[in-house]
Amino acid sequence: MDAVHPASGPIAIVRVDGNAVAGRLSEIFRKDMTLASGQCRTCHRETEIASTVVELDDAGLIVLCPSCKHTMFTVVTGPVRTWIDLSGISGLSIPNA
Amino acid sequence: MTAAPSVTADWMVGTVTSTAYATPGGRVLALEVPHWPGNLAGQHLDLRLTAEDGYQAVRSYSIASVGFGSTVELAVDQIPDGEVSPYLTMDVMAGDQLEVRGPLGGWFVWKPTDPGPVQLIGGGSGVVPLVAMMREHVASGSDVPFKLLYSVRTNDDAFFYDEIRSLASPTIDVTFAFTRKTPYGFEGTAGRLTKESVERDTIPASENPTVFVCGPTGFVEAVANWLVALGHDPARVKTERFGGK
Repeated sequence: MDAVHPASGPIAIVRVDGNAVAGRLSEIFRKDMTLASGQCRTCHRETEIASTVVELDDAGLIVLCPSCKHTMFTVVTGPVRTWIDLSGISGLSIPNA
Repeated sequence: MTAAPSVTADWMVGTVTSTAYATPGGRVLALEVPHWPGNLAGQHLDLRLTAEDGYQAVRSYSIASVGFGSTVELAVDQIPDGEVSPYLTMDVMAGDQLEVRGPLGGWFVWKPTDPGPVQLIGGGSGVVPLVAMMREHVASGSDVPFKLLYSVRTNDDAFFYDEIRSLASPTIDVTFAFTRKTPYGFEGTAGRLTKESVERDTIPASENPTVFVCGPTGFVEAVANWLVALGHDPARVKTERFGGK
């Protein structure tokens, strides 16, 4: 089961949505984050994570507000640490169940 | 089934139990995952491949199977420059082991207790989670009106083509839209979906359906914009984009 290494040079970024990063976000939040919602710090719209636009590659993800397209938060996973930048949201609301 | 959309970040080892060519470039894989908790219709899983030197690639795949049990069915499409899909569509064999985590996602799901009617719109392999919803509809004996609009190049490129046709019933309406070539005997011409064809072939906004749209990102965004322009409440249009063009 060999994964093929990415070619050198530009890295392909895939544009998906918040559903596709449910697994990656569950590593951090230990929750189903598709049902969570975040408030965009730029346009103040509250959006379910499932309906955000996400730019994705093997190292990280950028979550964009579907309304104003500004970055809401980013996650970058390195070999030993993960960096999270939440500066584009003013809050996250996460279902308890 | 009523299992909670449990989300686990923990990887499990699944064993491929069968592979079948479903389209010219796509296969349906069955995995046996011993501790799989079951899944709701529309959920997905992450699949992880690891190279000998530790390089890992993770991809998400919609689950075609639904309910309890440890057998998980996936449909995998060939993406020409993908790192993972060539392995899954060409190389993987029964007996091989794969790492998976899931079920994932509690948003793009349909439960038999949800109110109807329900409009499903799939593009290409985006039909997979919608097939799970139709299977759940049948398994639960639901009488919620379902309508599927499936856009695909040709009938040979359609995943679960025979099954989808057999699922058509008084409560499940099935419409194919072939974008390249229509099969013999098909009424209508080949062509991509348009705002007008979506209006003609889907449940009108006045009936307040829940709409599930899944497919390549460009397809999903075009269809979702048409639906909103046709008067659908954006909050009732649930989309799942899986990348690509």
